[in-house]
Amino acid sequence: MYMKNNNEIGVSSRNMWSGILFGIGLIAFIDETVFHQLLRWHHFYDKSTTDIGLISDGIFHAFSWFATIAGLFLFADLRRRNGLIFQRWLGGVLLGIGVFQLYDGIIQHKWMRIHQIRYVDNVIVYDIVWNVGALIILLIGIYLLLRTSKNSTLNEKNANE
Amino acid sequence: MNSLYLLHNHGQSAMNHSVSGINPQLLLGFFFIFLLVAYITAVIITNQRYKKWPIFRAVCWTIGMVVALVAVVGPLANSAHSNFTAHMLSHLLLSMVAPIFMAVAKPVTLTLRTANTTFARKLTSILKSRLLQFVSHPITAAILNVGGLWLLYTTNLFVLMHENALFAFFVHLHFFIAGYVFTISIIYFDPVYHQYSYRFRATVLIIAIAGHDILSKYMYANPPAGISQQEAEMGSMVMYYAGDWIEVALIIIFCWQWYKSTKPRKSIRDGFNSEQPFAVEGK
Repeated sequence: MYMKNNNEIGVSSRNMWSGILFGIGLIAFIDETVFHQLLRWHHFYDKSTTDIGLISDGIFHAFSWFATIAGLFLFADLRRRNGLIFQRWLGGVLLGIGVFQLYDGIIQHKWMRIHQIRYVDNVIVYDIVWNVGALIILLIGIYLLLRTSKNSTLNEKNANE
Repeated sequence: MNSLYLLHNHGQSAMNHSVSGINPQLLLGFFFIFLLVAYITAVIITNQRYKKWPIFRAVCWTIGMVVALVAVVGPLANSAHSNFTAHMLSHLLLSMVAPIFMAVAKPVTLTLRTANTTFARKLTSILKSRLLQFVSHPITAAILNVGGLWLLYTTNLFVLMHENALFAFFVHLHFFIAGYVFTISIIYFDPVYHQYSYRFRATVLIIAIAGHDILSKYMYANPPAGISQQEAEMGSMVMYYAGDWIEVALIIIFCWQWYKSTKPRKSIRDGFNSEQPFAVEGK
């Protein structure tokens, strides 16, 4: 589906993209399970949602399912090709989680008003915890990606053998 | 006994929707039974001439037909007239679940195997025709499928469907065919004469699923004509969450086909270590 060339740049970015896709899918799944179904903090639809919010939510929902599954198949493909760079993949996962959470927390919750984190008076506290948490995850993800991008881990792996 | 009587009674009232003696629902039912019998017959006949047709495919076809039958005749179909959630379930079965099982069963391959050369050639040329190419293009198929849903649930067509049995028949037939064509435009089992890239099909698939999700949330807030707020909320959540699981199945099959198609001959590391002329950039 993605790069056909088997060079190391292809492998390196495939590790990242597999991680990002899986991260987005994973966090969307957790969001749905924990906040919608278990805690029931989020509402399926609160009437203040804008039209663009409805569209954004639908696309993200559809994309996140696809991302989870495609991310895992890409992961399996990397394993099969012996091309997995786990730290880089993990960096991608964290980047995907962080970006999704920030998008959800700032654009979807606050600007598009799809739904709030929880229907209480001091929702701002929830917003801050949510977005700062997302930012920290995002930064760790970027750190891991930068660390694995310079001298390709795959090269080191090859040299060691 | 009592519950059976009630069920029967309910069925009776639903039957009253039909006009002029012929029940369009039953007609659809016969259509699926015919397809099932035809498939099994074709398998038995061709098994005498060629190597055995996989049982797995025949089972898939049978499941697909049974699922389609459940959607158009019987208790679920009858309560679908008055119960919006039942209507939604029947829609999911008819235009999403049944088509996936049917696609896996490779009906076109079986038909080509059964037919004589002249007919097979004719069929192939029909399948290659401009019109069918157009209809089975992923984008066209997605619009016919999801666009049709939007049209039905956001306009007065939904009322018309409940008043006019013939129109209801047409709607069911449309969603069944549109569901099947969309499914086979995304996952390839039967011969496909114009293939589209995985990336392109993935994009169309995501947008189509999004269209389905958006519609279900839209209906949650804006019930279709004649449906109460409460019924609409329940029905749209069924459409959203049950629809999810069927879509997941479709995505898994799609990704699995990609995974098979991209199977490498060597692992990457083998490639680096061997003398193969790999284009290693940035080294």
